[in-house]
Amino acid sequence: MSVSKDELLHIAKLANLKLNDNEIDKYLKNLEDILNYAEVIENAPIDDCTETIGANDNANAFRSDIVSEFDNIDGIFEIAPSTERNMFKIPKVIQ
Amino acid sequence: MSEMNRKEMILMEDDITRLTVHELVDKLNSNELTSEEITKAYIDRINEKEKDVNAFVTLTTDTALEKAKEMDKKRYSNNAEFSGNTKMRENLVGIPIGIKDNMCTTGVKTTCSSKMLENFVSPYNATVVDKVNDSGLISLGKLNMDEFAMGSSTEHSAMKITRNPWDLNKVPGGSSGGSAAAVASDMVPWALGSDTGGSIRQPASLCGVVGLKPTYGLVSRYGLVAFASSLDQIGPITKDVKDCAMLMNVIAGYDEKDSTSIDMPKVDYVSALKNDVKGLKIGVPKEFFGEGINEEVKDQLQKAIEIYKELGAEVEECSLNISEYALATYYIVSCAEASSNLGRFDGIRYGHRTENFSDLNELFVNSRTEGFGDEVKRRIILGTYVLSSGYYDAYYKKAQKVRTFVKKEFDKCFAKYDVLLTPTSPIPAFDIGSKSDNPLEMYLADICTVSINIANLCAISIPAGVTSDNMPVGMQLIGNRFTEATLLNTAYTFEQKTNFRDKYKPSFRREEK
Amino acid sequence: MSNEIYETVIGLEVHAELSTKTKIFCSCKTEFGAEPNTHICPICTALPGALPKLNEKVVEYAVKAGLATNCSIEQNSKNDRKNYFYPDLPKSYQISQYDKPLCNNGYIEIEDDNGNPKKIRILRIHIEEDAGKLNHSDFSGESLVDLNRAGVPLIEIVSEPDIRSSGEADRYLKKLKSILQYIEVSDCKMEEGSFRADVNISVHKPNEPFGERHELKNMNSFKSIQRAIDYEKDIQISDLENGVKVVQETMRWDDVEGRTFSMREKENAQDYRYFPEPDLIAIKLSDEYIENIKKNLPEMPESRKKRYMSDLALSEKDANALISSKAYSDIFEEAGSICKNYKAVCNWLTSDIARILNERELEPENIPFTAKDLAELVELIDNDTISSTIGKDVLEELFDNPRSPKKIIDEKGLAQISNKDEIAEVVLKVLKENEQSVADYKAGKDRALGFLVGQAMKVTKGKANPKMLNELFIEELKK
Repeated sequence: MSVSKDELLHIAKLANLKLNDNEIDKYLKNLEDILNYAEVIENAPIDDCTETIGANDNANAFRSDIVSEFDNIDGIFEIAPSTERNMFKIPKVIQ
Repeated sequence: MSEMNRKEMILMEDDITRLTVHELVDKLNSNELTSEEITKAYIDRINEKEKDVNAFVTLTTDTALEKAKEMDKKRYSNNAEFSGNTKMRENLVGIPIGIKDNMCTTGVKTTCSSKMLENFVSPYNATVVDKVNDSGLISLGKLNMDEFAMGSSTEHSAMKITRNPWDLNKVPGGSSGGSAAAVASDMVPWALGSDTGGSIRQPASLCGVVGLKPTYGLVSRYGLVAFASSLDQIGPITKDVKDCAMLMNVIAGYDEKDSTSIDMPKVDYVSALKNDVKGLKIGVPKEFFGEGINEEVKDQLQKAIEIYKELGAEVEECSLNISEYALATYYIVSCAEASSNLGRFDGIRYGHRTENFSDLNELFVNSRTEGFGDEVKRRIILGTYVLSSGYYDAYYKKAQKVRTFVKKEFDKCFAKYDVLLTPTSPIPAFDIGSKSDNPLEMYLADICTVSINIANLCAISIPAGVTSDNMPVGMQLIGNRFTEATLLNTAYTFEQKTNFRDKYKPSFRREEK
Repeated sequence: MSNEIYETVIGLEVHAELSTKTKIFCSCKTEFGAEPNTHICPICTALPGALPKLNEKVVEYAVKAGLATNCSIEQNSKNDRKNYFYPDLPKSYQISQYDKPLCNNGYIEIEDDNGNPKKIRILRIHIEEDAGKLNHSDFSGESLVDLNRAGVPLIEIVSEPDIRSSGEADRYLKKLKSILQYIEVSDCKMEEGSFRADVNISVHKPNEPFGERHELKNMNSFKSIQRAIDYEKDIQISDLENGVKVVQETMRWDDVEGRTFSMREKENAQDYRYFPEPDLIAIKLSDEYIENIKKNLPEMPESRKKRYMSDLALSEKDANALISSKAYSDIFEEAGSICKNYKAVCNWLTSDIARILNERELEPENIPFTAKDLAELVELIDNDTISSTIGKDVLEELFDNPRSPKKIIDEKGLAQISNKDEIAEVVLKVLKENEQSVADYKAGKDRALGFLVGQAMKVTKGKANPKMLNELFIEELKK
């Protein structure tokens, strides 16, 4: 299993990460090592196995439709890097 | 009792911090000690040892002492608030604790040992933190970890490198390395850790303490900063098994805020400790003792097996060939979930925001690239890769099938045995820096533990003995879903027989290399 | 024009906001138009460690919508994560449904352009969360994120490409809207964005495979959807005619310029990396659960229509007009039951009220007065308190400044004059001032009477009781 540099850069873009040249070489190698190791699952006897979905087999964890407002909205704004008029400020977005 | 007698009975501070929590509770109940004295002793111990061990990201010792005085009042006023619903022997009011730095605490930073959350103060408490506070426990601080719990040595912390109290040149394991090292060096009487692939058990093993990974769904994840949602569980790291059972009584239980939490009758884990394993069926999967497992580790485990036989357990070798499948599956599933869970760190609402950006995209990319460390980026990239179009079926989808396969294989074993016995870590604590540039080798350190998370089982690591150069070796006992009571009794019975803590203690040695 | 040889193929993706009290995964209010970030919490702002918990009403409402549109209900459903970065999406993924939507393979019936019944198939209905809102700051020139809408529950209703014209699209959407309103799962207010539609449109020659499609976004009224469809249809056809290849892309409709623009999305915007949401567990629906919802579905428009025609003897045309919107139909039934004159209520709704709504570009749910007011208006005419001409003025007043019609009549002194002396006075006055007409009448020109009555109405500003007026004139002219 080998990963091309372009693939890696595409993946980094999807993840919103920027890689410098050393990182590109390093991650290419790491990614290959790990994916090669991961090949073992190719031989796993899983023909009669369905996918595990969620970590337990329970179903229907529902909440009733009752309003309860969060009591520390100020706390949310205290940790915000940049705000204006009670909104989170970001560079201009052209929609 | 009179002031006079009390004074005579006061122990040296080092003796106080050596005590287990259940011993401390007895002394609180018999008025031999106050919470203030206990807390003070721990603070002095921290002042003495933290400079060597580096277990804490944030210390809350000043507020702790204030709270201790408060708790002494609470304890002695007949305030039913805490003692009312708890038996006195488990009245924990005024007992200190340490908390891994990935559990949200109001008023105190929660950094996940990441530059991304360097100054993050959560506006809400994790459910376990509320439970800890409601029990009257006093936090001494937030404990170091691998960044976002990704690692097996705590070397991936952006804050500091925590050292193993048994040998300061060695790692404490990870990701809950700060929690395990703090307990091992008596800087906290017990601590909370989190375990996604071994992050409680492996550091507990490397630091010679007790660590339990509860069954998925038994302890609420609400307020635990997510690494891999379908694998993460919070659990205790303690000096002995009884303390472990006591802390489980505090944190276990259904939480409506966590959809994956399971609603079932509460179990008293302390009363499950019978000090008796006669007739207990223990399976020993031979594959867990194969290549890659250190010889001294094998020897210690062999001795442990003999001890269980002496204790009347029916021990027999069995086969469970899943380790490599499980490890590969673990890294595919956990990284996939992590790549998505860590998307929220975008520099908009909280966390690190870059100073160099001219548009939205640069704000996103630079904030994340500056805020995340090397290992976190590596796993985000791996996770994004296995989910991306064209690879989903080959990796993620297949891994989820392997996950079902691993469960089935364990189910077969638990049809025959009550408990499975394996090493916790293939090797004892290794030197700081010796694995940090080979991720795959580091990942192999989890080979014995990840399958338990993959199959949503419970497992405990307790000290089995030490190596020739006096480094602890951990034994992992694996139980079926929600059999923590059996697991704790199995561990307790061994502990009572072997008394590891009386025989060995950390040396804090630092050989010049 | 070569349009004739091309067929337009349209599929619609409708997002409807569910009218639950709280958001889909947290207990914050869904109230529209609140102050920015006043309805937020750790969950909908995606704070580290916060976990979602599914609102049971969201599942119930989605199942209702599925049953009302003839869908089969998925009894083993789940949520999935759709991963992409955008500042209005706090978690950087939207919790939606990928391969196991709650509802599959339904249809609704509309009329095609020739008035024949036609089934439009529905591929799927799934639940998901709405995103936040980006505002622009005139002060700092930057963008501001408001997360009040983040986590408001939506259902996405995806049709098969069965629609062939802007007219069919319009009827499909209006039908869908009325169904969602009848079962009370969404108020479908386009102006508040609680009912939005994206259009997938392509053209091809009937015997050839479907063409490359464009996805049209940003239409915020039924009108603009029709305009966008007609515009795109012509553009795509003329492109093909001129040998220009149509490529699949997303277009933004500009309502002012009346044209579409390519959105030129980033090439990586496509890879959403869907996977099952590990913070939520499976949704398993029992037969009992589904049956129970089915049993309690409110009366559907079609059955109301039948009732109106059979029990109330309304024409099919009127019945259709009334059921076109639940608000309409509800007012009709309530007002009718009060004043017992269903025919009159129907006439007001289908003629004058419809006219005014159209003039003022209002939706039926925006009618400002109550059914009780309308019933009162009808009664006032039936008992000769006012003439139907005055009734029209009262109706206008009900739209401008709603209050009890009785009140309006008193305040404006619009009550009919039925006092004989008062009317006699007017009659004599008019006769005196119009001797020529009197002469004409006596000479046998009956039309003159009409003129005289008209004059009298002028003097009384239309308030004189027309019957009495006639009688008195004839009486006087006989003298």
